[in-house]
Amino acid sequence: MPTENLLHPRRTTLDGFRVMRSGLVVALVVAAALVPQMTHNQYYLGVAFQAEMLMCLALGLNIVVGYAGMLDLGFAAFFAIGAYTTGILSTKDHWSILASIAPGVVIAVVSALIIGFPTLRLRSDYLAVVTLGFGEIIQTIAINLNQTGGPTGIYAIPALTFGSVVVESNTGYYYVFFVLVLVFAIFSTRLRGSRLGRAWLCIREDEDAAKAMGINTNHYKLYAYVFGAVLGSITGSLYAPALTAISPASFGFSESLLIVMAVAIGGLGSIWGVMFGAAVVEIFPEVFRSFAQARLLVFGVALVILMVLRPRGLFPERAFQVVGARIRRRFDRPQGSATLQLAGDVLVGPGDKT
Amino acid sequence: MTAVLETDHLSLQFGGVNALSDVSMQIGEGSLYAIIGPNGAGKTSFFNCLTGYYRPTSGAVRFQGSEVTGLDAAKVAGLGVRRTFQNIRVFPKMSVLENVLAGGHLRATSNLLSIVVASPGFRRTERQLHEEAMSSLEFVGLADQWNNLAGDLPYGMRKRMELARVLIADPVVVLLDEPAAGVSSVEREELSRVIQRIHDRGTCVVMIEHDVDLVMEIATQVTVLDNGRIIASGLPQDVRTNPDVIRAYMGRDRK
Repeated sequence: MPTENLLHPRRTTLDGFRVMRSGLVVALVVAAALVPQMTHNQYYLGVAFQAEMLMCLALGLNIVVGYAGMLDLGFAAFFAIGAYTTGILSTKDHWSILASIAPGVVIAVVSALIIGFPTLRLRSDYLAVVTLGFGEIIQTIAINLNQTGGPTGIYAIPALTFGSVVVESNTGYYYVFFVLVLVFAIFSTRLRGSRLGRAWLCIREDEDAAKAMGINTNHYKLYAYVFGAVLGSITGSLYAPALTAISPASFGFSESLLIVMAVAIGGLGSIWGVMFGAAVVEIFPEVFRSFAQARLLVFGVALVILMVLRPRGLFPERAFQVVGARIRRRFDRPQGSATLQLAGDVLVGPGDKT
Repeated sequence: MTAVLETDHLSLQFGGVNALSDVSMQIGEGSLYAIIGPNGAGKTSFFNCLTGYYRPTSGAVRFQGSEVTGLDAAKVAGLGVRRTFQNIRVFPKMSVLENVLAGGHLRATSNLLSIVVASPGFRRTERQLHEEAMSSLEFVGLADQWNNLAGDLPYGMRKRMELARVLIADPVVVLLDEPAAGVSSVEREELSRVIQRIHDRGTCVVMIEHDVDLVMEIATQVTVLDNGRIIASGLPQDVRTNPDVIRAYMGRDRK
C-alpha cells in the first residue's frame, strides 16, 4: 500500500548508509590533504588555500546566518579585526602570530557584543542593514587610522611560526588552513548537535515558538553572533601572515557578500554545503578567467541559474540524525511493529499544506 | 484547593479595544480547566498574558503564589508554564525528535567546553534527553515518526508532536490553545485521551476549546469569556445551562 511510503519517506537501511557516508568523508579529507602533493603550481595552491580560507569564514558565518537565521552583511568586519590585530601586533610590537590570535578574538568578541547587544533584537531585514553599516565602519576605520596604515594597509607581516618551524610557502599555509577548516567543521557539528544548535535553529524557524521552549532568544542570538565573530577573527589572524600584506580593500562589502554567497550557494546550515559553496565561489571565477573581461558576468549568470535550479543551495541541510544506536534499533525496524499508528492520520489528514 | 495559576483583575487593551477586562481566575492544582467563548472573546489574549507574550495593561498574574506579570515568555516557560499555539507552531525544518528535544532545552545543561570536546557528561545528558524525547513521542503515539521532518507531518500529528514537545519539559501547567481544532473525529478521540492522560499524571491542564462536547466530557472546571469578560464559571454541567452563556453563543432574544 502506498501509505507506508507516505508515513516513512526516508526509512532506509540507515546503518549501511552511515558506513558509506563516513567512508566518503574520510576519502574527501584524504584527497584534500593530498592536493599539494598533486601539483606544485603555485597559482593553483594559492587559489586552493584562499578557498580554504573562505571555507573558514563561511563556516563562521554559517553559525549566524545558517543556524540562527540572522542575515549578517558585515561579516568581513570580524575577519578584518583579526587580520589587523595580528598585523599590528606582529609588525609593530613583534608578537608571534599565534600569540596575536587571542587579542584578536577578544577584540572581535567585544565588538560583537557592542554591536549585537542593542541590535540583535531586530528582525532580519533591519539586522542586515545594521551589520552592513558595521562592516563599512570597520573598513572606514582601517582606511583612516594611522596605526592600521591607512589605505595602503600593513605589509611585511612576519611568517607564522610554530616553535622553530616557519610556515612560508603556499603549501605550508594550505595545511594550516586545512587544519583550521577541519577544526571549524568539527566545532560547528558539535554545536549543531547540542542545545545551542537546537536553540539557534528554533530561533531561525520560529522565534516566538522558541521562547515557549524556554529559550532566551536574545541571549542565543548574541551567542551565535559572538561565535561567528570568533571564527572570523581567527581566520583573519592567520590570513595576515599568509598574504604578508593586508589592506582595507580586502575587507569591504564585496568580501562580506562573497561569504554570504558561499553560505547561500552551499546550503544554509549545512556544513558540507557551506564548505562546498566556499570552494565554488573561490574557484569558479578563476576557472572563468578565459572569458577575461566577462568572467564575473559569466559567474553571475551561473549563480542565477544555480539559485533557480537549487534554491536551497547545492547541499541543503537535512534533518539532524545523530542519535544513539539504541534508539535507532528500537524505532528503525521496518514499518508495522512500532507504536500503532492511527488510520486517521493518513486517510483524513486535512491540512497537509498548513 | 490551592491555585497554581491565578489572575487578579487582569485587563488588556489594544488602543481603545478592551481585549480583556477585569478577568480574575483561579486555576486549581490538578484541575483540567477549560476556557470557552465565542470568537474574539479574548481567550488567546488571555493565554498570551499568562505566558508572557503580552504584557497586561493592568492586573496581575501569579504562578504558585509569586507574581509573574510582565515576565519574558522564555522565563515563564522556564518556571514550568508550557503552552501550545492555536495555529500550531512546529519547527518545520527540524526532525520530529529535534523538535521535542528543543522542548527539553532547559534540561540540557552541558556547558560549552563539554559540548565542543563531546565529553562523556555531555553524551550522557544528550542520551538521556533523547530517551526522554522518545518516551514523550511514544506517549502521544508518534515514536515511529522521530526521524521525519516536522514540516512533513500531517496536521493531526503536528498537534500531537506539539504536545510531546510540551511534555518533555515536565511542566507544572500545560496551556493548550484549541487542541481539537481542525482535527478529524478519530484524531479528536486520541487527543482527548492524551489530554486526560496528561491530567492523570498530575499536571494541571488549561485549555481553550471550541468543541463544547469535548469540554463537557473531560473538563473539571469551565470559564466562559465573552467580549473580554468572564460571564460564567463553574462545573461544566452548570455552565452549560447558564442563560448568559446561551445568550453569548446563540444571540439575544428579541424582547
